Amino acid sequence: MNDPKPSIDEASDGPTPASSSATEDTPLAEVIVVTSGKGGVGKTTTSASLAMGLAKRGKKVAVIDFDVGLRNLDLIMGCERRVVYDFVNVIQGECTLKQALIKDKRIDTLFVLAASQTRDKDALTKEGVERVLKELGDDGFDIIICDSPAGIEKGAALAMYFADRAVVVVNPEVSSVRDSDRILGLLSSKTRRAEQGGAGVEQHLLLTRYNPERVAAGDMMGVNDVKEILGLEVVGVVPESEGVLTASNSGVPVILDEASAAGQAYADAVARLCGETLPMRFTEAQKKGFFSRMFGG
Amino acid sequence: MGLFDLFRTRPKNTAALATERLRIIVLQERAASGRPDYLPMLRRELLEVIRKYVNVDPDAIDIHVTREGEGEVLELSVALPEKPSAPPAAVASDEA
Repeated sequence: MNDPKPSIDEASDGPTPASSSATEDTPLAEVIVVTSGKGGVGKTTTSASLAMGLAKRGKKVAVIDFDVGLRNLDLIMGCERRVVYDFVNVIQGECTLKQALIKDKRIDTLFVLAASQTRDKDALTKEGVERVLKELGDDGFDIIICDSPAGIEKGAALAMYFADRAVVVVNPEVSSVRDSDRILGLLSSKTRRAEQGGAGVEQHLLLTRYNPERVAAGDMMGVNDVKEILGLEVVGVVPESEGVLTASNSGVPVILDEASAAGQAYADAVARLCGETLPMRFTEAQKKGFFSRMFGG
Repeated sequence: MGLFDLFRTRPKNTAALATERLRIIVLQERAASGRPDYLPMLRRELLEVIRKYVNVDPDAIDIHVTREGEGEVLELSVALPEKPSAPPAAVASDEA
């Protein structure tokens, strides 16, 4: 282990502390927060798949787990046994960023920064997060995905603070939609872009656990209902799919399961994030045959 | 839907109900989020002061912050009761 430097600033910035002018010269990475307010809607699944999808398109991507104390992104990415240092170690100056970044074994432009499992959320600081994001930009990363914890406390607030864009993950269900609206309010007031005035954080909705059959039956809100309530465009609709569980079981982001509907839906969402226009798939109920209608299925 | 489901009574279109409920609550919460935090407290304290003189209803005070051009305006309206019931100061001056 290298001798832990008490201050990362001194180590990386050189003799003159003219960091403000240096910020403007270096190309900054685009910061995308994946957030939702409510827990269990699919933030980590989404972060993993978006990061993998963007990296497969040739971008250099870092995906950061902000859920300090409840680390899970590593499991979904399948790198849980390779975590040595984490995000908090980097912020506290206990290791270098390079030591903590875990390189994906499938795509070599994808890196994971795990959350700490032993500290609490107070170990994250605004200055520390800013420093790590800047260093990633300096290291040539194109995109940084911030996987937000649930709730609206410190971890979630810091995950969104430096975002350029936000992907708000929402289930077509009352509590998730309401919490998403709360998050949208925070995105347009408690972020650096909001404080600077100007265009603010670019916001996208991503629906997960969508069940077109139940929508057709009137048991579940449809894409257009959610879109209208929240007043935002939808960047993707991911159907409820067996593929999601089998992918997380095996530590493979579901976007790599190209046979599954969820994998294809995430690939579409990534394409839309990159500016492509694609029609929505998996939003129409499948026509059922006579037998399945009589006997269920 | 299986054969036996036909005999079960199903609640009709709960998705439409959810949409309607959300539309209302989201609008309400968006309107509330623009207001300063101190409004509920201000309202309560004003009510206490007013009640020293006039016995008004707890719902009689209406506070709004509205935006007018650059500045913000705090609007306060108090509905007084039709018959002022025993305002202490007024009674004292009548007897004198």
